[in-house]
Amino acid sequence: MTQLKINGRITQLDVDPAMPLLWAIRETLNLSGTKYGCGIAQCGACTVHLNGVPIRACSTPVSAAEGGEITTIEGVAGDDGRLHAVQQAWIDHQVPQCGYCQSGQIMSAIALLQANPDPSDADIDDAMRGNICRCGAYGRIRAAIKTAAIQTSTGTQEGQKNG
Amino acid sequence: MGKWTRRGVIAAGIAGGGVFAVGVALREGHRAPGLAGRMAGDGETLVNVWVKLSEDNIVTAIVPHAEMGQGVFTSMAQMLAEEMDADWNLVRFEQAPADEAYANYPLAREYLLGGATVPGLVQDTLNGGFLRLSQSMSLQITGGSTAVRFTGQGGMRIAGAAARDMLIKAAARDWQVPRRTLRAEKSYIYHDASGRAAPFSDFAVAAGKLSPPTQPKLKSPEAYTLMGTSLPRLDLAGKVDGSAEFSIDVQLPNLRHAAVLSAPVFGARTVSVDDSGVARMPGIYKTVNGGNFVAVIADSYWRAEQAVAALDVTWSETGREALGQADIDAQFVADMARAVDTEAERIDVKAGQARQAAQEAPHVIEADYTVPYLAHAALEPINATAHVQGDKVDIWIGHQNPLGARDAIAAELDFRKKDITVHNRLLGGAFGRKSEVDYPIMAVRIAQEADGPVKMIWSRSEDTKQDFYRPASRARIIAGLDTDHQPLSWDYQFVHKHEPVEASDPPYDIANKLIHYADSDNPIRFGAWRSVDHTQHGFFIESFIDELAHAANADPLTYRRNLLLDKPRHLAALDAVAKAAGWGRATADGRGLGVAIVESFGTIVAQIAEVDTTGPVPRVVKVWAAADPGFVVHPDGFKAQIEGGIIYGLSAALYGNITVENGAISQSNFHDYPVVRMDDAPDISITLINSGAQLGGGGEPGTPPIAPAVANAIFAASGRRMRSLPLAVPDGGLASAPEQGPQPA
Ligand code: FES
Ligand code: FES
Repeated sequence: MTQLKINGRITQLDVDPAMPLLWAIRETLNLSGTKYGCGIAQCGACTVHLNGVPIRACSTPVSAAEGGEITTIEGVAGDDGRLHAVQQAWIDHQVPQCGYCQSGQIMSAIALLQANPDPSDADIDDAMRGNICRCGAYGRIRAAIKTAAIQTSTGTQEGQKNG
Repeated sequence: MGKWTRRGVIAAGIAGGGVFAVGVALREGHRAPGLAGRMAGDGETLVNVWVKLSEDNIVTAIVPHAEMGQGVFTSMAQMLAEEMDADWNLVRFEQAPADEAYANYPLAREYLLGGATVPGLVQDTLNGGFLRLSQSMSLQITGGSTAVRFTGQGGMRIAGAAARDMLIKAAARDWQVPRRTLRAEKSYIYHDASGRAAPFSDFAVAAGKLSPPTQPKLKSPEAYTLMGTSLPRLDLAGKVDGSAEFSIDVQLPNLRHAAVLSAPVFGARTVSVDDSGVARMPGIYKTVNGGNFVAVIADSYWRAEQAVAALDVTWSETGREALGQADIDAQFVADMARAVDTEAERIDVKAGQARQAAQEAPHVIEADYTVPYLAHAALEPINATAHVQGDKVDIWIGHQNPLGARDAIAAELDFRKKDITVHNRLLGGAFGRKSEVDYPIMAVRIAQEADGPVKMIWSRSEDTKQDFYRPASRARIIAGLDTDHQPLSWDYQFVHKHEPVEASDPPYDIANKLIHYADSDNPIRFGAWRSVDHTQHGFFIESFIDELAHAANADPLTYRRNLLLDKPRHLAALDAVAKAAGWGRATADGRGLGVAIVESFGTIVAQIAEVDTTGPVPRVVKVWAAADPGFVVHPDGFKAQIEGGIIYGLSAALYGNITVENGAISQSNFHDYPVVRMDDAPDISITLINSGAQLGGGGEPGTPPIAPAVANAIFAASGRRMRSLPLAVPDGGLASAPEQGPQPA
């Protein structure tokens, strides 16, 4: 049995400790917002937070996440259901096209803003270059991160506690 | 379903329980009994196959297209609501089930008639034939940038206008007032003289007893209140909170997971499959020998994937095990030369006497261009979940052509079409790849081996190596020029002709044209890739015209303009993009501006790229685009499509290069098939033009101009003419490209 703490909840999983966290999240815990895109840490679709740091769940074994705090896209909105400022900025800028990459994009963006509330363009490039969007929404993602940065820095912090 | 009171394109009637129904294009024998039951929930009225109206006055657009990023649910609902005068806050959408009743009849009709005017749509005899055709072709297709211009124009707007007419007529009878004294607004009907007002839903049942109009009047653009505005997309909530269900997310009780390995060399078959190393692995359910693929079914995808890798498979010899990319390239050259030498050219377009004109021309310019194979690389890898129970099949999939998938499963695996239910889900990108039927067949084939549902996922490697590639191609272009270096003739040869047929024909006014192609067969399978043949021809034509401008010592934009004087939409797009980009301005050292213009799928897109060539590979700093689709239904969504089309085309222009080695595809994942990322995505600025022309598409037209615009910008910056893609090759790209465009002979 492996014990994982995901989105604030502790669960016991009967999985091979070598299994990538991605598949435990998707198949065992049925949290399907975290996506599979490449399996080798190239695309960012599987990005989740481990202790607040963005990681590629496809390349992180379950054993490495044991004892840590994992947050997935399902865990970033507030308890009252209000969207995280980053999610709201994604809506405001009408970012998603197919939407498949967006859970990973949002997780990377939240981690960026937590570490750096006022990122420059170069900071955004660095933090986001691991997340591929084949629909090409990069310009909107950049704009949405800047909007969210203003939101979060002016005190609309709701929904961030899990992030 | 109750009795329809009318046959024909717009059919109306009363369904069981006094329910109002207006149907589009459902004729006798094609009425899909039971449809109402499946589409209308309790308290809802099935208005027609495109619309539902519920008791609480909610209008639902039923959209016969797959959502793969283009926001189709929103634009379709928008077009319906516009003509119906529905309150946008009371409008919802649903994806149509894969059902004959939703076969994309307006699409087929507009396609075959080349965009006839609206009143023609309601001619019974004509339309019956088209309906049958579209059903027999199982058209429920998303692709070809068709949703807005065909389904929206030919289906949604007509349905909305008809529904509104009938509701007003019913209200006029109920209130005993002339129809012309009534108006509809935001899902209410008003009689201003008396101050009466009532919601649409009050008249639904009465409207169902009326004959539908044969020619509902559509609004003219001045009257639009919804079309032309950027309504918030209806489908984004689930795309930011992780709840949107893509096909890969399907959950079913007792679901098993399958990983696959297809024959690396196309056409090979299994000779032997040794799974002795796999049987001992935990969680393994079964190995499947599919003939041209092997699969392992397991209790988790991860275990299945490991097990597939551990299989010992011997593949049959195809005789192509030594085939390499150089062989294919050489064969293109040989087949093109042979076609000319033996006068076996396949003629595509012929006007005047191009070869004779070239012989007599004072100057001749000639160049060879090449483009490589490209993978689609949608971010959601190929997957499908199937459950076979006796002779019944359920398949959960994201597919651009769900009815085609169903028919292929039926034909290939011997099921009856009516026993196959396709549950179409959101597509995590598609770009043409998900219109192929290989993967639905494979998923069902695997599920036939299991006693429950099986989710098949292709690894990224399989997705990359088993694509239907944008074909590699090559062109030789010979232009005869007059003393002012204006083109007298255009002799254009290429390899492989597919769709759309007009893609190879340049827009420029050149008196003598000979456009022809050679076939050059090889086992690499190919398919539609965002904008299809326009990607290669856009690069060839728009790069070579730039060479001609250079030879004429002319400004490339002005040179194009002078050859487009009879094409006002092209001129307007060029002028708009030139203005936005500040064409003609000085650029920093090592930087340059390049222009290109391509019309595809009815939309004209001109682009200017600013490129910095001072680094090891060219960097695209900024892109300006001007796009004229006739009328922009949803400006923000249309812009998003153009932005996406540019980034998609830029990935191909800079990096995209699928190659063949030992008969198989060499690349496997994003490390060796790189794509544009945040740090190399240029800023994009788009100008939209509503010219009033016939509606054009949005999904594809942004892609073709970007590669030539970037290549032309590299030329402007460096004097190096890039005649093959991709462009961002550290050694051998920029450095080895010819220093100059060829000088006139
Ligand atoms: S699936 Fe993990 S980075 Fe692509
Ligand atoms: S929105 Fe489709 S991959 Fe990013």
